[in-house]
Amino acid sequence: MNLHPMDLDRWSPIILTLVTFIPLAGALLLLLLPRRHRDIRVFSLVVTLLTFVLSLHLPVHFHRAALAGFQYEFDRSWIPTPNIHYHMGVDGISMWLVVLTTFLTPLCVLISWKSIDERVKEFFIILLVLETALIGVFVSLDLFLFYFFWEATLIPMALLIGMYGHGRKVYAAVKFFLYTMIASVFMLAAILWLYAKVGTFDFVTIQNAIRSGQVAGFTSAAQWLFLGFFVAFAVKVPLFPFHTWLPDAHVEAPTAGSVLLAGVLLKMGTYGMLRFNLGLFPDQARANAWWVMILALIGIVYGALVALVQPNMKKLIAYTSVSHLGFVVLGIFSFTQAGLDGATFVMLAHGVSTGALFMLAGALYERRHNYDISEFGGLATSMPVYASFFLFIVLASVGLPLLNGFVGEFLVLSGAFQARAVYGILGATGVIWSAGYLLWMYQRVFFGKITHPVNERLPDLDLREQIALLPAAAAALVMGVAPLLWLNAIDPAVQTALAPFAELASKVVGQ
Amino acid sequence: MSPAGIAQAVPQGVEYVRILPEIVLSVSGMVIMVLDPLVDERGSQKLLGLIGLIGSVAAIAATLYQSQYPGLGFWGMVKVDAFSTFFHALVTAIAAVVILSSYEYMEVQRIRAGEYYGLILFGAVGMCLMSSAVELVLIFIALEISSISTYVLAGFRRRAAISSEASLKYFLLGSFATAFFLYGVALMFGATGSTSIAVIGEALRSNRIPVLAYAGVAFMFVGLGFKVAAAPFHVWTPDVYEGAPAPVVGFMSTAPKAAAFAVLLRVMFEANAPGRLGLIWVTAALSMTLGNVGALVQHNVKRLLAYSSLAHAGYLLVAFAALPNNGIPAAMFYTASYAAMNVGAFAVVSHLAGAGERFVTLDDYAGLGRRSPLLAATLTIFLLSLIGIPMTGGFFAKFYVFSAALQANLIGLTIIGVLNSAVGAYYYLRIIVMMYMREAREEVPAAIPVSPALGVALALSVAATLYLGLLPGKILAYASRSAAELLR
Repeated sequence: MNLHPMDLDRWSPIILTLVTFIPLAGALLLLLLPRRHRDIRVFSLVVTLLTFVLSLHLPVHFHRAALAGFQYEFDRSWIPTPNIHYHMGVDGISMWLVVLTTFLTPLCVLISWKSIDERVKEFFIILLVLETALIGVFVSLDLFLFYFFWEATLIPMALLIGMYGHGRKVYAAVKFFLYTMIASVFMLAAILWLYAKVGTFDFVTIQNAIRSGQVAGFTSAAQWLFLGFFVAFAVKVPLFPFHTWLPDAHVEAPTAGSVLLAGVLLKMGTYGMLRFNLGLFPDQARANAWWVMILALIGIVYGALVALVQPNMKKLIAYTSVSHLGFVVLGIFSFTQAGLDGATFVMLAHGVSTGALFMLAGALYERRHNYDISEFGGLATSMPVYASFFLFIVLASVGLPLLNGFVGEFLVLSGAFQARAVYGILGATGVIWSAGYLLWMYQRVFFGKITHPVNERLPDLDLREQIALLPAAAAALVMGVAPLLWLNAIDPAVQTALAPFAELASKVVGQ
Repeated sequence: MSPAGIAQAVPQGVEYVRILPEIVLSVSGMVIMVLDPLVDERGSQKLLGLIGLIGSVAAIAATLYQSQYPGLGFWGMVKVDAFSTFFHALVTAIAAVVILSSYEYMEVQRIRAGEYYGLILFGAVGMCLMSSAVELVLIFIALEISSISTYVLAGFRRRAAISSEASLKYFLLGSFATAFFLYGVALMFGATGSTSIAVIGEALRSNRIPVLAYAGVAFMFVGLGFKVAAAPFHVWTPDVYEGAPAPVVGFMSTAPKAAAFAVLLRVMFEANAPGRLGLIWVTAALSMTLGNVGALVQHNVKRLLAYSSLAHAGYLLVAFAALPNNGIPAAMFYTASYAAMNVGAFAVVSHLAGAGERFVTLDDYAGLGRRSPLLAATLTIFLLSLIGIPMTGGFFAKFYVFSAALQANLIGLTIIGVLNSAVGAYYYLRIIVMMYMREAREEVPAAIPVSPALGVALALSVAATLYLGLLPGKILAYASRSAAELLR
């Protein structure tokens, strides 16, 4: 290979480490800064922006050609016994999730600028630590390292909810922590089993060992292993009926917490299903797909119906997540190219648009300290800029063509149709519901007469809030207009993920 | 005996090196006792504490020096190997950190502290000797040295009735337990004709194992089970931990425990104790379950940590049920990381307790995250480690234990353990929630600043907890090496 001396490719081996740990380094530096709120905010913004800019290296230098496997890999022994490696790398799927994380975090900093005015230093330290843990989850290729980061996301998130939330924040924080922690214990058990048999935590090695049938006792244990991983991911997604922690966590969380929770944390679950449940246990994934898809469909419809009747705006948005993430699971377990492409795209689109929805809800809360839809009405006259931002994001979220929601949902549904038509049909009702609950909410909040006098003098979005929302809105548009920018990297990764399923299918045909 | 025979029988120079840390500790302890009546009360704090600290640090140095001279000494009763070095270093390091964290406490409680530091050092002598003794009678003597010091230490808050009660309870039950141990030793001698662990191990490796040996193992296990506070021999723990001075609890929940586990490892594995699996299985399962369930309803932080220490003894015992070649290193790693986090946690508790230990309930921790953020963050690290969250020593400790158990196909015990650690997360979390998410009560006074000595103690504990959580490789490799030596 003839590399130009100035070629940024030579950054490639360490770029993932840099992107992962710069926020953590920033958090440690924050510890030393004096408690001057403005400095702390500016510093956090700089750190998160720096991380975002660095993370752009990933898509820019990504080799989109062919079934490239993992890129930007870095593999060193970390702990000799047990054999744990510091093995990082991304494919087209995880790369975009990393960029999603680094994209949303600076927006979280901006949106928390004023609303967090107590224990400011702690807040931004927690936020930065959380960013490191989230990125780490997506770039780890060692099961142990993955579990390490997976659990590491728990504490900062629980602290964000419990320290900076409102209402029953402690209840919500503890519920969130215990639910996800107990579920991930099962994943740890499965990981340990694999380690005991294969002697390594390396994802690729374990995958090869399983595929070549070298793992003793695998066939009898595989179903349990599949379930062990699945439970941890299903709670995180959250898949119906494991979703009960989500509304509580969302309603009580501060805005930045909600944005990262909906935008990134939930994707840890769907990403895990894609990478591990499909990647390590394709046979079991296929065997269990029928009930997983049914749960996903129940989630889509149930989440939408419950969202429809929520009096609380934030809870409504929370339930839309249950519904949208149902689409992702549906797409993943359709085992079709379109389905998986779509699932990945929905993950990204949902991250952007639901993140933006939570930011908008948070902006309203800052003004009125209330999320009740009935408290508002006619806001379009007093807050025109806010209303137009809100409309744009709502339209993106309901899947208007040319905006980001449409592409993913369309692909998922066409994948589901290929798998089984009835799944596609049932899933499609979810799109209708989502238009229903979001637009109805929009109508109640923004149209009609102003019913509460306080709402007449509500200040419109200020410059900082607009700066925070503009990137999200722009991303929603670009993703809708030019989805190929994203899909051309996702596509080869999905093909790699689907390779064992193609073999399975051809086996069936051959018989 | 001929003069030449006597000369041969008298220990030679290098043999004294094999008890060097014990010598250093004893001498420092005696210096403290001699100086105690000579200095006034204010001086006793600084000076005697300093001597205690120097003594324990010198003992660490002596341990490192000693490790270059492995082998037997004193008529085959003492053995220096990697295993003993590990526990010597651990016990003396715990003693040093506890002494550091006691300065401020003693001043706040207005306890005249002279012999306090002496007793810690004497206790450490016994514990060090427990880990290097390879002869059951010497082990018994070492056990008594360590126990008697801790009995007295438990009653050191002389003005508090609850402390005297703790001391007496601990003493009565403890004597009973050591009697059990001694009886077990006698039975073992009856079964194998020796009290040397190596000889016993040889004898029990043969095909016919006498019934007496089973009884001997069971009796010794009862005695040691009491010392490590494993269920069902744990009933004393909550009361004693509640009554004893907080830094002492930090000491006695880690150092004597580590030493007793060291003895247990030697007896169980080096001596090939028969019938150990069933015993340990039941005890481990009981300890984990009773400990975690008991801790759920505690309101006093010291009692809560008492039940938690019961649970941790249970996790640790799981390693004993595993295969020796990975069970022993797992157990050793566990004692080290448990020591780091628990000593640290009790250092924070003793700082916050205030005069007369009035502030030791969960409610008193409300709003700590606001009142003293750094202290709250420190305690959070220890608690997360106790839960077993990645990046802390507690995580790898549990990890090694459970993976050792899985490799020995102890699926049932592993499941019990994993479920228990999920339950355990809840009550540790309660403290964190209190600190960060509740408002402070009025009556709790503003926290006094952390003294430099306590600061150093906390920094050391945090550093050890994080080191074991991020780079556990070295310690585990050392433990594996010493396990291999032990099994040879």
